[in-house]
Amino acid sequence: MRVAAWVVTFSACLTVGQALAADPNLGRNLAATCANCHGTDGKVVGQELVRLAGMPANQMRGKLSEFKEGTRQVTIMHQIVKGFTDEQLQLIVDYFARQR
Amino acid sequence: MTWHRRDVLTAAATVTGASLLSPRPSWSQSAARVVVIGGGYGGAAAARYLKRWGGKKVNVTLVERNKQFISCPLSNLVLGGSKTLADLTRSYERLAKTPVRMVHDEARAIDPVKRTVKLASGATLSYDRLVVPPGIEFMWEEVPGMANAAAQERILHAWKAGPQTLALRKQLEAMPDGGVYALSIPVAPYRCPPGPYERACQVASYFKQAKPRAKVLVLDANDKIVSKTALFDKVFQDMYGGIIEYRPNSRLTDVDVATRTAKLEVEDVRADVLNVVPPQRAADIAQQAGLITANKRWCEVNWLSMESKAQPHIHVLGDATLAAPMMPKSGHMANQHAKLAAAAILNILSGQEPNPTPVAVNTCYSFVDATQVIHIATVHQYNADKKLLETVQGSGGVSKEPNVQEGKYALSWAQNIWADTLG
Repeated sequence: MRVAAWVVTFSACLTVGQALAADPNLGRNLAATCANCHGTDGKVVGQELVRLAGMPANQMRGKLSEFKEGTRQVTIMHQIVKGFTDEQLQLIVDYFARQR
Repeated sequence: MTWHRRDVLTAAATVTGASLLSPRPSWSQSAARVVVIGGGYGGAAAARYLKRWGGKKVNVTLVERNKQFISCPLSNLVLGGSKTLADLTRSYERLAKTPVRMVHDEARAIDPVKRTVKLASGATLSYDRLVVPPGIEFMWEEVPGMANAAAQERILHAWKAGPQTLALRKQLEAMPDGGVYALSIPVAPYRCPPGPYERACQVASYFKQAKPRAKVLVLDANDKIVSKTALFDKVFQDMYGGIIEYRPNSRLTDVDVATRTAKLEVEDVRADVLNVVPPQRAADIAQQAGLITANKRWCEVNWLSMESKAQPHIHVLGDATLAAPMMPKSGHMANQHAKLAAAAILNILSGQEPNPTPVAVNTCYSFVDATQVIHIATVHQYNADKKLLETVQGSGGVSKEPNVQEGKYALSWAQNIWADTLG
């Protein structure tokens, strides 16, 4: 019974997932929403913010988790990070890690 | 029609007129033609990202009447005296090297059927996709006394950064100590929701130093402060008590230019410097092209692609759009619209659907004096049922209080968004 319910739910998710096949450039597009403050492709201008381009994925993932959970005191990122799903944040993290 | 199926003979951006005959060697003869009208925060970013992401698939032409980019964000600091207009001015040279073809001209008419744009010089540009971030035009008919050039030189709007900004600063400098500066704010929506309140703070900050007996009178047509309400309310009282007087429900019906009098629905208010931010709509080129579909003011778009609901192949960005709920008319948001549109246009030109899950973020920083800032931030995700970019519950917010750290972030924001927009 429980397994059957799980299978039904899983299939439903799969159907939705297929209907909304992810854009091949989704990571690029999501990362571009950060550029206004963090620079094009994470190549920040000036000294106020850290460079996201080339930041190791686990390091950035850790920081974003701290912002989301509120364990790190910041001015604005704790509010912005809550607007993204964990899957979207992972795509963003992976995109910036690939930039040089 | 997709970019690779088109007739090669008509493929390069068709340009007539001697001043435009400067073909770039890197231009592909089989590339799709995208024309962008307007090089502000939305248009310049769209042009840059179309080329960065599209490469040789796309030829991008940007039509912009001004030779230089002047930022509207931060321009209130020119009134406060901590920045000059030169600090907010950037060149289009790096954008041209992307390469984007810069055409310093003015778009006069769009033919959505022939897919052409007629320019003031007489030249005509052909397009496969057109991007129109037209910006705003003032609805002078709502303030009849200001509907002529002489009136607009005496009573300034300074709501497009440039000569009006400098002229308003000069009026403030010339105003006697003990005088009254009155600022009229239209009913929302208008360009830059927190902008008028930031302006009140900047002028009050200047008066505090230079004219301690002068007053700032805020005549707001809205029933309360439109953006960062509690924060501005507190700043007006704590930092500028006795200088700023805030009057809600004070809609302007007309002005008397000679006496610098604001005629409100209930009373007349005379000022030494009268600054009127008039009601706004999408600019004339949007009207001419049949892009204005809501209240005779704003342009409705498909939020997956920013494509006009009225005219196919034309994408509208920025302040001119009928905004989704809680979406401000800001330079930051125009930049986000631009990237959403650029990604969608490149998909469409390659025969693919636009990204079904776009996201847009907004941040607006307001300077309450020369160094302290308050912010508002929102995150918008696409809701497929409502076909809207919707704010995410639990996300976004405002500053706790004015602070110097965010003042540094705000200046850093400017440097980064200018570089992201212009190269």
